[in-house]
Amino acid sequence: MPNASSNGATAGDRAVIEAVLVRHGGDAVRLMQILREVQEELGWLSPATLTAIADGTGLPRARVEGVAGFYHFFHTEPLGRYRVLWSDNITDRMLGSSDLMARMCKKLWLKPGQVSEDQLVSVDTTSCTGMCDQGPALLVNYRPVTRMTAERVDQIVDLIRRKIPLDDWPAEFFAVEDNIRRRDALLDGGLAPGDALRALRSPQETLDAIKASGLRGRGGAGFSTGQKWEFCRNAVGSGANPAHYVVCNADEGEPGTFKDRVLLSSCADLVFEGMTVAGYVVGARKGLVYLRGEYRYLLEPLNAALERRRAANLLGKSILGRIGFDFDIEIHMGAGAYVCGEETALLESLEGKRGVPRKRPPFPVTNGFLGQPTAVNNVETLASAALIAVRGAAWYKAIGTAKSSGTKLLSVSGDCARPGIYEYPYGVKVEQVLADCGARDTQACQIAGASGLCVAPAEFKRRIAFEDIPTGGSFMIFDNSRDMFAVARNFAHFFVDESCGFCTPCRVGTTLLKNAMDKINDGHGGEYDINDIWRIIRTLKTASHCGLGQTAGNCVADTLQKFRPSYELRLNVHDFEPAFDLDKALSKMREVTGRDDPGAHFHIAHRKSKSGIGTKAGDPA
Amino acid sequence: MNAATPVRRKLKVATTSLAGCFGCHMSFLDIDERILDLVELVEFDRSPITDIKHCSPDCDIGVIEGGVCNAENVHVLHEFRKNCKILIAMGACAINGGLPAQRNSLDIRDILAAVYAQPGRGVHVPNDPEIPLLLNEVHPLHEVVKIDYFLPGCPPSGDAIWTFLTDLLAGRTPTLGHGLIHYD
Repeated sequence: MPNASSNGATAGDRAVIEAVLVRHGGDAVRLMQILREVQEELGWLSPATLTAIADGTGLPRARVEGVAGFYHFFHTEPLGRYRVLWSDNITDRMLGSSDLMARMCKKLWLKPGQVSEDQLVSVDTTSCTGMCDQGPALLVNYRPVTRMTAERVDQIVDLIRRKIPLDDWPAEFFAVEDNIRRRDALLDGGLAPGDALRALRSPQETLDAIKASGLRGRGGAGFSTGQKWEFCRNAVGSGANPAHYVVCNADEGEPGTFKDRVLLSSCADLVFEGMTVAGYVVGARKGLVYLRGEYRYLLEPLNAALERRRAANLLGKSILGRIGFDFDIEIHMGAGAYVCGEETALLESLEGKRGVPRKRPPFPVTNGFLGQPTAVNNVETLASAALIAVRGAAWYKAIGTAKSSGTKLLSVSGDCARPGIYEYPYGVKVEQVLADCGARDTQACQIAGASGLCVAPAEFKRRIAFEDIPTGGSFMIFDNSRDMFAVARNFAHFFVDESCGFCTPCRVGTTLLKNAMDKINDGHGGEYDINDIWRIIRTLKTASHCGLGQTAGNCVADTLQKFRPSYELRLNVHDFEPAFDLDKALSKMREVTGRDDPGAHFHIAHRKSKSGIGTKAGDPA
Repeated sequence: MNAATPVRRKLKVATTSLAGCFGCHMSFLDIDERILDLVELVEFDRSPITDIKHCSPDCDIGVIEGGVCNAENVHVLHEFRKNCKILIAMGACAINGGLPAQRNSLDIRDILAAVYAQPGRGVHVPNDPEIPLLLNEVHPLHEVVKIDYFLPGCPPSGDAIWTFLTDLLAGRTPTLGHGLIHYD
């Protein structure tokens, strides 16, 4: 890479790198945090920087560069003093993000992805940033700006041109609303910090309560939380440093979901309390929160909340005076990788590696973080566990449906009057959600995100529950003015950006799917391409290594079934051959009329000429 | 990529009746004043409604009533398939051959012989080249060209046709459901 700093880091850079390495004890497991903190100081990760970090951590340089190259939010090229990334979820687009980004690029004399000649600014897109209820949204140097308008674009362009530091930008630009529209058992929980810990009886009794409550994983897969904790509790740590871990999966990357952001903004204590309860049950002394890079702005408030809890003896040694109840929590920042929402990819990332999913089994409950027994739970699951610890299993089990206890937070966005967070007991009908959020003329809901289910009006009586439609919480609404092909195509592009590249079916399949969708979009598609799409989706589903690839074709498959005309109107080739010979179908009439004029035959010139036979009509029978 | 909201142009719709009785077209007119809403969304191309004789090359939707019983039907059907992005078989005859297909159990030569028999003077089947020859058998549309959608009924009700077309125009896979196709 031809760059001044490639010959060696400057003394100033070296001091920064050294300070960060010291802060993390040169621990290779903490590579992600080291890279992020160095990049925050130096702006980018130059070859010399990577070499210095490799030296300081004792890792091979290729490993360090491999990690830096994997995550969207690490850059090994300078991308300008201001790095603007527009959230490219379909909900942002529906709110006009494409035009606004074009306006910004035009005003800055930039093309998307390009760095300005003075190295001041670059503008590009990124996957959903979790601000769907207040878009169009963007990140400036990984800080979220919401509710973008043309006026705000002009203001930002001006601030960038005048090189105003981000801290001096108007605070309202960075305002992130919670937009909680409906509260139920969890959001109305009314718990004070420490309530759940004070209510704890023995670990076994707590585990029994979690099992009896019927709590299931809120990330979408719905595995029994009590069972997971039990497996983890019963597993034995191994090696020189045997331990158990609790991991909170806050890598909320599914397009259209933002409920974990709200929980961490408004109910962080409840989440930390849930982690502590989990630690108590499984016998862990350490908990890790894996916070997605897009939520970097939450890091300081969350660390402050952890400090408060330590001061109140809700974390640390002998929590609330219980001898042997030691537990602390640390926050680990992700760096822009959807695949890290998959629990084993998340664990790899936590260990300072590329976020490539592991083979399962063994499962994290026996071989998780650093190979030790680990309970990985969603943010909302942990918050619910804290609630159950106080209110009891029977109370919780009474909410929801037979197989889906409790409530679910839905992140509602798209075409509705009141986007935001809606908490419902499980079993709520899709049409109820639509009515409550003020959606009109709805033609489709995309539930559970890009990898989820596209639901058409005939299915609006279906219910949100593990028995019917399971979801991590994403609920995107599309009214009659929307083009469902464009929605599916947006998701097809998303999966290309987010495939980790490890397995061929997913790496190649997501791109083939994107190419087919682009071909149809450009008016070159035909029936062949539709057939090809089905073939690609089948391969993705059956041959991919992890859930990302297995579900990457879902939205295209759903829209092909339920919104097929939106594809067909873009097709231009319709090949079909009858199963019988058309010309011979006139044989009897030729016989009885004695006609043999051109009108008594079919000349299907185009078909014959294709096979090189010529344009002569078939012989009369 | 384009935005999620498409630029709305009027879609071109062509219609015709092949071996049918025009009953489906009459039923189509039962959408009554909604035809005014429809012309806001579509422009009629070749159709008995416009009397345009041939399809424009850029039709979006072709709606065809009746099956295929003669050579001219085949030519018209090919013209529709060539020029329309989406082709709909409307009504029982288009989908199954319907009433005209009742002749399929007989040999066309025997039928013609019976019809054109002149006592004492043998059989004279009209053979003017202007008259399209009949096919040996009547075929439903999908046996001759690819058909994208089937709108059943004899005829389908005006409401069914309206729902079907408006779904299609909005990009939704049409679903008729109770009252429009299910009656029990």
